[in-house]
Amino acid sequence: MKQIKTISDLEDLRKSILKQRDPEKITIRMCLSTGCRAKKSIKVISALEDELNNQGFQGKVEIKRTGCHGFCEMGPIMVIEPANIFYRQVTSGDIADIVSETILKGNIVKRLLWKDAGTKEYTKTERELPLYKKQKKHLSYNSGKIDPTDIEDYIAADGYSALCKALSAMTPAEIVETVAASGLRGRGGGGFPTGLKWRICSTAPSDIKYIIANGDEGDPGAFMDRSLMEGDPHRIIEGMIIAAFAIGAGQGFLYVREEYPIAIEHLSLAIQKAKEYGLLGNNILGKGFDFNIAINKGAGAFVCGEETALIISIEGKSGTPRSRPPYPAFEGLWEKPTIINNVETLGNIPQIILKGADWYSNIGTSTSKGTKIFSLVGKVRNTGLVEVEMGMTLREIIFDIGGGIRKNRQFKAVQTGGPSGGCIPISKIDMPVDYDSLREAGAIMGSGGMIVMDETSCMVDIARYFLNFLLFESCGKCVPCREGLKQMHHILTNICEGNGEKGDIKALTELGHFMISTSLCGLGATAPNPVLSTLRYFHDEYVAHIYDKKCLAGVCKNLFEYMIDETLCNGCTLCKIRCPEKAISGEKKKPHRIDTAKCIKCGICYNSCKKQAVIVI
Amino acid sequence: MKVPITIDGQMVQIDKGAPIIDAAKKAGVVIPTLCYHEALKPYGSCRLCMVEILLNKQRRLVTACNFPVEVGMEVFTDTAKVRHIRRMIIELLLARCPDVLSLHAMAKQMGIKSSRFKKQDSTECILCGLCVRFCEEVVGVSAIGLVSRGIDREVATPFKVASDVCIGCGSCTYICPTGCIEMVSDKKIPQMRIMKMGQHSLKACINEFQCETCPVGKEFFEDMRLVIAEFRNN
Repeated sequence: MKQIKTISDLEDLRKSILKQRDPEKITIRMCLSTGCRAKKSIKVISALEDELNNQGFQGKVEIKRTGCHGFCEMGPIMVIEPANIFYRQVTSGDIADIVSETILKGNIVKRLLWKDAGTKEYTKTERELPLYKKQKKHLSYNSGKIDPTDIEDYIAADGYSALCKALSAMTPAEIVETVAASGLRGRGGGGFPTGLKWRICSTAPSDIKYIIANGDEGDPGAFMDRSLMEGDPHRIIEGMIIAAFAIGAGQGFLYVREEYPIAIEHLSLAIQKAKEYGLLGNNILGKGFDFNIAINKGAGAFVCGEETALIISIEGKSGTPRSRPPYPAFEGLWEKPTIINNVETLGNIPQIILKGADWYSNIGTSTSKGTKIFSLVGKVRNTGLVEVEMGMTLREIIFDIGGGIRKNRQFKAVQTGGPSGGCIPISKIDMPVDYDSLREAGAIMGSGGMIVMDETSCMVDIARYFLNFLLFESCGKCVPCREGLKQMHHILTNICEGNGEKGDIKALTELGHFMISTSLCGLGATAPNPVLSTLRYFHDEYVAHIYDKKCLAGVCKNLFEYMIDETLCNGCTLCKIRCPEKAISGEKKKPHRIDTAKCIKCGICYNSCKKQAVIVI
Repeated sequence: MKVPITIDGQMVQIDKGAPIIDAAKKAGVVIPTLCYHEALKPYGSCRLCMVEILLNKQRRLVTACNFPVEVGMEVFTDTAKVRHIRRMIIELLLARCPDVLSLHAMAKQMGIKSSRFKKQDSTECILCGLCVRFCEEVVGVSAIGLVSRGIDREVATPFKVASDVCIGCGSCTYICPTGCIEMVSDKKIPQMRIMKMGQHSLKACINEFQCETCPVGKEFFEDMRLVIAEFRNN
């Protein structure tokens, strides 16, 4: 195979790849990312291959093993091109129908289409899905479309064009200024301007510099980085090479957690292929620029997502943050100037270089540019990964893309930014989602987690849950974070158990603000956010817990009782049958009653009642 | 290069990049610390040395032990914010270690009678890391380390078994601000002593802690002598 040395080499290769392709050929895109794989998509693919071979379709139908489509809840996902038919939850048993109906005759297998739980309507194609319709897929465009293990698929989709442009037509300073002008900000949480970081590092005097891609995603319920690394690894590598050229780094590290085996596999393969094609290694594109990338597997500590802890972890020590200054851009890995960017940030670089800073800065709001991938989870109808323009309102994301709240319940809050983010209430639902608005509201962008909660979520319990996570994930180095979290968690546990006292709210507030101003690193400084934001927006709920000893969300077991509303109960006996403690009595078609002395508050009656006659008091 | 800065209104000339605490010492201003020691690299974990600075018209809180001085920096070590932070830290540590006398002494100085926070299972270790860092940076053996994270963090020997690299120099005992590492005699072999650190014992000293005549690494003890002498004087 010929190595790529010039732009024309790349163009020739792209043309020859595209020439061999027939746009009218039936292509089946099947997701092989973590979510779908867990739902046996590998089995489905082999069944599909067998069936196609049996029916004599060898070579006539192409099967593409892609990365994440974003609608992981509905996996395994299959999209049939060129008609763009979207099938969800496909099993091996469906394959015969798909081949005989869709592939052979062009008919649609209706039972595999996505059905709106509200309107009961079916959606035929991928592009018409409500989850996708309002999205702006720039960054995740390739994910779900190309085969992440095939470098030629990436090249065919304009891959590595930005690298060619950067290396042959731009100086390092021009690249830095382009990124600065684009307004791109760090996607890992802090939101520091990427161009500024690069500018600082590029002027730091040192022969040796490093670039690190931070793929240590550890928030519960977040999988943006994983999907990007699994579904489009070359994009991150291309971004890294451009960044390395811009700041003059000769070695890069990709820090990915061990728990992401598919991401590691795809990235390793991508590095190997990029080397073979002359896009990585010595004398890249014949420009005399040498750059290599090594993968560093993290052991799964949440705190290692913090940049100084991550650097120390790569150095082989246990990952605990250190004080800044010195900042990594001056003194980072092995005391050399180091740029550390989130993988999503680096994934944005190729399109900025290719389409220009103006194009990029036209997307988003005045201070937050571009698009951001969120993992929309919790009590919304459609969960998954969504890439939206910065500045879209929470309402649009949750109700238009997410399809609203499940079981027609009421929206209560959305938690953004992972465990150290904050809860945003209904009163702020028309707030635009960007770095500054979120910070103003007491939350953070974080890496892009979005957990939607309804009226059955107790906000005091939510705050306690996140603090419990941080209690074990804090490194334990500095006093405010370690001891402060312990005390806050203790107070919250007391409140949830019905032992809240006067003065608890004051102590929580004081501890929270103390931690923000004195903690050693960003983890400690944002750790009180779940408590402070719920205190700010759901103060009444704290008061009800502490003084009235009531949890009206029905979560804190010592603080509520279940009761049957006799006007709503139709006596269907379902609750009586399901109650494990036999605490419910009543005759058929007559209102039932709960014996509170026997009730263990398991919630089975509450969740099974079709008339919503079981209420929390 | 020396730069001028002010500490509580007092002008001091100090090397550029030196930590604020050095300037404070020069000015005779006392900043309380728990994890700081001159012989060690700054660590910044106890946060007790936090001071307010005014630099480029920005007011912020930094740790004096490791924040480098810059031209025109104004440092304030006795503001309401600083006093509040110190009180909170001492109260939190008192809740962790209710029986540590040195903490009580500090609390008394600050006018704290008792901690408002819930007392924890009593431990005497405040996790300042002085012993671990001294063992690594000065003694150079790393017989102990900080293990686990979050609320499980503790000082321990590797795998929590008796350490076989410990040379029994006793530095950790000397440097510990709360006295939670003690040296005890081994009843079976009277001339040997064992360092007890919670449940983890370190190896006994073969030379009865006569560091000055120790056969283990003479060169090393040349440097160590001064440090150890200073500790013994204190």
